[in-house]
Amino acid sequence: MKVLVTVKRVIDYNVKVRVKADNTGVDLANTKMSINPFCEIAVEEAVRLKEKGTASEVVVVSIGSKACQEQIRTALALGADRGIQIETEENLDSLQVAKLLQKVVEEEQPNLVVMGKQAIDSDNNQTGQMLGALTGMAQGTFASELVIDGDKAKVTREIDGGLQTVELNLPAIVTTDLRLNEPRYASLPNIMKAKRKPLVVKAAADMGVNLTSNVEVLSVSEPAKRESGVMVESVEELVAKLKDEAKVIS
Amino acid sequence: MSILVIAEHDNSSLKADTLKAVAAAAAIGGDIDVLVAGSSCGAAAEEAAKINGIAKVIVADNAAYEHQLAENMGLLVADLGKGYGHILAPATTSGKNFMPRVAALLDVAQISDIIEVVAADTFKRPIYAGNAIATVKSSDAIKVLTVRVAAFDSVALDGSAAVEAIDNVTDAGISSFVGAELTKSERPELGAARVIISGGRGMQNGDNFKLLDGIADKLGAAIGASRAAVDAGFVPNDMQVGQTGKIVAPELYIAVGISGAIQHLAGMKDSKVIVAINKDPEAPIFQIADYGLVGDLFDVLPQLDASL
Repeated sequence: MKVLVTVKRVIDYNVKVRVKADNTGVDLANTKMSINPFCEIAVEEAVRLKEKGTASEVVVVSIGSKACQEQIRTALALGADRGIQIETEENLDSLQVAKLLQKVVEEEQPNLVVMGKQAIDSDNNQTGQMLGALTGMAQGTFASELVIDGDKAKVTREIDGGLQTVELNLPAIVTTDLRLNEPRYASLPNIMKAKRKPLVVKAAADMGVNLTSNVEVLSVSEPAKRESGVMVESVEELVAKLKDEAKVIS
Repeated sequence: MSILVIAEHDNSSLKADTLKAVAAAAAIGGDIDVLVAGSSCGAAAEEAAKINGIAKVIVADNAAYEHQLAENMGLLVADLGKGYGHILAPATTSGKNFMPRVAALLDVAQISDIIEVVAADTFKRPIYAGNAIATVKSSDAIKVLTVRVAAFDSVALDGSAAVEAIDNVTDAGISSFVGAELTKSERPELGAARVIISGGRGMQNGDNFKLLDGIADKLGAAIGASRAAVDAGFVPNDMQVGQTGKIVAPELYIAVGISGAIQHLAGMKDSKVIVAINKDPEAPIFQIADYGLVGDLFDVLPQLDASL
């Protein structure tokens, strides 16, 4: 079966985020960019399916400027077979991204789409579900385990209060949670090999999708700062402060 | 235009998260209808009818909605939601699961995790793990919103709204529920607790989490954990507080053996009072704590237990 994986280029999760002084966004100039960690888990899961012989081909797609080819190459180095870049300079919303991915799904006809559950920049947690609705596919979101059995996928999901298992007809969409797997590191030979793997570039503007979002970002600001507190010397002092000063215990 | 709020429930009772979502709806302003979609969910619907300030409860009682599968919920809510100006659900794992399907079926954007209603079309929401707050304005005809429950106060349960049953059945037939392993606990849920005590990597193993039990019992607290503790297998995933776990804002949050990674802080930094107990005086958690105590948790926890 064919597996489609999506990757997003985002600020590296170790980088401290700075809000721009003019409140128009977050300063991304000269910051380290990486594959969104949840997308990396998605790539790893797809590659493992191929290694088990369940998947025959892993196709990786990313939407963004030319720079996102770096993340596609990283996914290819991790074991994906070929890449597709949907080129756009626009900062698209989840719905527009889902519509572009719908076009890719129509063309590629994958049996399974594996995506990160959310990107660590916009924290939306929407695109996989939206793609599911647009394509009529079932979804297993926040997956911590994925088992393919014939024309069904069994997905264990991390939900409030515990775990839930659902069975999905294929083709289906799976979005990854943190504990689905631990992604490998790309080896140097594989990084070199990835440079020669096929990567097709398509212009988002030519895909017949309205790329205009109806959501406008008015401003981006710093969150309210917490006043720094006090250090206490002992448990007695802590309990006294919580009782008499903060009045949160009695 | 009126507002549709999707209730969070387990068929037999209403979850407090619903009351937070209704509070966000009330801040938008307009008639509020609450949808209870489930199976044999009469008890949850009756409880929903008591929500203060709502116009009516709509009940869709059918086996197709028993486990609120996203495929079926998406079709139902998109169909029902056409007549509304706003559709809201709590940003729980259930709301996050089906609401984007609703938005896509209605061909509108979703605004996730709102923490403040600025105007009926303008909302604040955290981005970059809460390191920035975006103010966004939507010109979509229908606004599909998920609500960060920790950011809103519950509305009261002292009303008596009408209950109206509908017989829409939207079964996509492409997914089915196999089973669930839910953690059973006598303690309050993380999202609803007034006090939370959480353990991190410093707890060293799952057994040591028992050191938190006595304190939690005395304070009526829920027990949480950092991602490090969950990833290390000390405790189950549903205890995780953080950007990708539960986002909480209790009156008192006690962080034990938690260094304070950004991803954990994103889940608890809006707590009213934060206490940090850590043996490393340089741990970042102390920078946001109201009260910090440097010490070995294996000494501090028994002392704390004894002094409450």
